[in-house]
Amino acid sequence: MKVTTADGRILWQRRTQLTQWAVWAGWLAGAVLFVLCWEVMNKNTMWVFVQDAPQQAGDLLSRAWPPRWSYLDRLWGPLWDTINIATLGTALGIVLATPIAFLAARNTTPSSTLVRPLALLVIVSSRSINSLIWALLLVAVIGPGLLAGIIAIALRSIGFIGKLLYEAIEEIDEGQIESVSATGASRWQVMDYAVWPQIAPAFAGIAVFRWDINIRESTILGLVGAGGIGLQLQSSLARLAWAEVTVIFIVILATVAISEWISAKVRAAII
Amino acid sequence: MSAADAQIRAWKRPPLIGNPWLRWGLYIGGLVYLVAAIATLDVNWTRVVEGLSQGLRFLEGFLVPDFTTRSRDIWRGMEESLTMTVTATIVGCLLSIPIGLGAARNIAPLPVYAVCRAVIAVSRAFQEIILAILFVAMFGFGPFAGFLTLSFATIGFMAKLLAEDIEDINEAQAEAIRATGATWWQVVNYGIQPQVMPRLVGLSLYRLDINFRESAVIGIVGAGGIGATLNTAMQRYDYDTASAILIMIIVIVLAAEYVSSHLRKWVQ
Repeated sequence: MKVTTADGRILWQRRTQLTQWAVWAGWLAGAVLFVLCWEVMNKNTMWVFVQDAPQQAGDLLSRAWPPRWSYLDRLWGPLWDTINIATLGTALGIVLATPIAFLAARNTTPSSTLVRPLALLVIVSSRSINSLIWALLLVAVIGPGLLAGIIAIALRSIGFIGKLLYEAIEEIDEGQIESVSATGASRWQVMDYAVWPQIAPAFAGIAVFRWDINIRESTILGLVGAGGIGLQLQSSLARLAWAEVTVIFIVILATVAISEWISAKVRAAII
Repeated sequence: MSAADAQIRAWKRPPLIGNPWLRWGLYIGGLVYLVAAIATLDVNWTRVVEGLSQGLRFLEGFLVPDFTTRSRDIWRGMEESLTMTVTATIVGCLLSIPIGLGAARNIAPLPVYAVCRAVIAVSRAFQEIILAILFVAMFGFGPFAGFLTLSFATIGFMAKLLAEDIEDINEAQAEAIRATGATWWQVVNYGIQPQVMPRLVGLSLYRLDINFRESAVIGIVGAGGIGATLNTAMQRYDYDTASAILIMIIVIVLAAEYVSSHLRKWVQ
């Protein structure tokens, strides 16, 4: 902040000269970076294809509308599979993530030099790989099908649930632990009566939240062969049957909206 | 209450769900669902067992990743992913500012508010992969479709959070600026922007991080980037290259997360 006087009037400026220059330099660097990246990115772009995009979009729309509603009958089975992938995957993810979260939390880890970094590494690598990539790997390893989808969802969920859960564990009230251990409780009894009740609401909230995200993600896992409604999407896309694709998109949107509504309701009830 | 009664009365901890009907209903419903779900699970166990040896090969590949054989493909994929991420984040964040301003009820008139909220809802309803499928169909294969996908997804994310931020500002500061006779633009510039700017910068760094992760995925449906390279490597059963790509993705995501969290702390 800077105040100057010019012609006897007091002028207020938000920044001093130096910071003003620094801000401008920052904007300039951003612009240069953008132009450079744009050039590199588009060196292989065929602008002819981009130019006729409105025409393509119109063509696409005319073929996608009206939706072929009769196709809906063949989607109930895949939809059931999709929900199973998400739910069973979330369940497996919770089972795997809970011990990891306890190992990663600073106040419950058995060893903060050896075990904690290892648990954090598991959480981080699980988080940085998208479930679709996990599915891509698992389909190659254990073959296409629901199992690959379930394991992919579970592996991706470990990182998410593990991270949020260990943060919740680190935030608990130490006083309750102290009072329970003052009664002569063992390590496990302290976990059961002092730690667990404090994180249970957070735990339920995290699980439902992740389930909601997993429903969203499991709808597309079929694109790489991991079962569910995405498999149908893949085959319709391959046949360029856009009227069927529209039906699938509508079903996906409805499923996602319903799961989001359920998750919001449950979380509002818990918290 | 007699002493004998007090002895029989043992303390039981309260359950998470108070209503016993709801609690047992949920337990039984969950159990029935689990049985039904597992019963309809059609798993080809012979294929799974056969696959385990492949899994071992993949693990071996992970221990000895091969960065060199397909280094040209990997480099091209990474280049596309990184440039796509940067351009899409910049464009997405810039476009999300007007939409975010329009979607904040306290500074925008109702018609503008409705339009901007609709844009946000559409962008958030479709996930990146589905957007990528549509954009690839319209604009052809390659990173340009990926750029559009990520930009559009960024708008939904950033504009929603920005609008919520603006709705949560300290009204007194905006009121004070308004009292000096400032125009709408001046109110936004002096009363609102300073309050939301730190979080806006933090969020765009966070979004940069998300966009890189997503750029690794949308290549699977043809929108360019490292995902396309990874997909090709997996289809060739070239596990050494695939694991090299995965390691690079993990390292870059880690580095981006580390840098962005530090920058965010510095900004706020």
